Amino acid sequence: MLSDKKELSGITLIILFGVLSPILFPNYRIQLSELWIFMVFASTWNIQGGKMGYNSFGNIIFFGLGMYLCASTQIAYAFDLAEWTAAGGVKTFVHTASQYFIGLPLGLIIAGLVPALIAGFLGSLILGLRGHYFAICTLGIGIAAGEFATSVSIWGGGQGMTVPVWPKVDGQDLDFLGGGMNFFYTLSFLLFVSTFFTLRWLFSTRFGLILTAIRDNEDKAEAMGIPTMRYKVTGWVFSAFFMGIAGGIYGNINGYIEPTEVAFAGATFGVYMVLMTILGGKGTLWGPIIGALVFQVFKEFFWTFFLGWQLVALGFLIIVIVVFFPEGIMGWLRQKKPAWFGEVVDSKARLAQVKINTND
Amino acid sequence: MILLQAPFLNLQALLDGVMVGSIFALVAYGMALVWGVMNIINVAQGEYVILGGYITFGIYKLGVSPIYGMPFSFLFLFILGYILYRLIVFRVVDKDMFISILATFGISIMIQQFMNMFFGSQVETALTGLGTIFFFDGNITIALVKVFSFVISILGAIAVIYFMRVSKLGRAIRATAQNPRAARILGVDTEKVYAYTYAINAGLCGLAGSLVAMTYTLHPYIGLPYTVRSFMIVIIAGLGNIPGVLVSGLGLGAIEEFSAYLIGSEFRIGVIFSLLVIILVYRSKKLAKKREYLK
Repeated sequence: MLSDKKELSGITLIILFGVLSPILFPNYRIQLSELWIFMVFASTWNIQGGKMGYNSFGNIIFFGLGMYLCASTQIAYAFDLAEWTAAGGVKTFVHTASQYFIGLPLGLIIAGLVPALIAGFLGSLILGLRGHYFAICTLGIGIAAGEFATSVSIWGGGQGMTVPVWPKVDGQDLDFLGGGMNFFYTLSFLLFVSTFFTLRWLFSTRFGLILTAIRDNEDKAEAMGIPTMRYKVTGWVFSAFFMGIAGGIYGNINGYIEPTEVAFAGATFGVYMVLMTILGGKGTLWGPIIGALVFQVFKEFFWTFFLGWQLVALGFLIIVIVVFFPEGIMGWLRQKKPAWFGEVVDSKARLAQVKINTND
Repeated sequence: MILLQAPFLNLQALLDGVMVGSIFALVAYGMALVWGVMNIINVAQGEYVILGGYITFGIYKLGVSPIYGMPFSFLFLFILGYILYRLIVFRVVDKDMFISILATFGISIMIQQFMNMFFGSQVETALTGLGTIFFFDGNITIALVKVFSFVISILGAIAVIYFMRVSKLGRAIRATAQNPRAARILGVDTEKVYAYTYAINAGLCGLAGSLVAMTYTLHPYIGLPYTVRSFMIVIIAGLGNIPGVLVSGLGLGAIEEFSAYLIGSEFRIGVIFSLLVIILVYRSKKLAKKREYLK
């Protein structure tokens, strides 16, 4: 926990950055929207992996599901979904402005609610698994979801489907909130802000304390009369809700949905979220945000140098971060600047502690 | 039901399944070894298998029968496993299990990508030129290469079990698995034991991969199913249950073949992963029941 003052300046910085950056760097709006989406990834993964100690590789399924659900609602609101995918989508059918702006919110709501329901059901099945069994199980679910999505013909199978394009008026892009890219940038920024404040509130309540208790010692927490299962499932439902909406928005930004590379991309997005959280610091509110920022900057500036070698670089990055920096940036900051975290610093006591540690 | 209409199909599926299952069992045996001794779940297991397959495939490309590729696959992976242990894996042995899962996952992504660069992303098979035998007027066909791989993987498993029982290193490995601290006190160099355990595991995977190259197909990105299969086999059998690994490996192979006949082979990977979820959920429910008795 950061102290209130530091936290306030952090929030101010984030909001300033969110409002000013699309004006300052108008060419990077796609990458910036992706950054907010990544922050949602990492922050929601942090509920399981960081706070609760349940390392999930499967959170990506809610993202993919939300993406497909949002796009199909947007399409099905105006046209026949099967005809749309058969005809190659946007080439033949065009949404009018009113169809588009009723379909999109509807789609986003469904993209949030259905994955949340599924998380509730799935969670009550598999959140009884402990530790690495849960990790491997969710890894399996993530891959299986992609494989099965490949065979759903109404979603275009392995070929994927297109997403409705931003409506046009007289051949010109509709000028609403500065056009499509600005609109989706705003949406992803708002999604991140609402995720952040929800999580901030959540972690400050009894619920957050119970999640920490589950991480530290689940049996003990259960013995003290906490229905741990219910809390674990609720935590997953929160993650799934925000991940689903993030999927809906990302599908619209990308314009094209494909089962294994975009929607259920366990090898890229699924790994990124774990990596970003660990890089920033597991179990802290700010860690995933800092981690996502650093990772996205690194990815955008250096990925082009590794052309064709990106996955090798990713593997290398995983090993380096996991092996050498398991505590992340926040853990390092906490060691260097304990005062920032509201800890009382007594240099004498600290020295004594260091001595005890080295004697061990 | 297609299986009732064509009774020979049952036998065919069973035979095919058991033969492919023996390879799974060999890989699972390696995983059980590393898991039991070092408390690490090696997610890169499947990539070692595929890499071993590509070594054999490379030797086949030189014009030699792929059967001679087996010792090379074993040796190459043995050395690679040793190097990887000395570079990376030793840093995560005593850490949280999730750290080791992630670290080996990182290794697996790297190996995948290297294989994609060196061998290309097309599907490959190394042909042995061994024939096929027919039973029941050609209703049942058995490729001799499958029988060969069945025999080799059983022999490989037996050789490792024998090695564990008899040799000095084998005894040291078993001692470390039981209690690393006590083993260290009694003069066992556990660091060396870990390194060789990991190397033996990689070597076994290489051998299995060599069989995969001859019997089935290779592709840079199909490693993960092998990891998941071996993980499943180990948790069905229970850690440390060596005959159980063999039996559940063969069983898993049979189930997979049957499901491929019934639902269609394009769902093969989906079926494996769904099976994993079902088995884990069943296991956790069973354990939960046990805990209720304790209450």
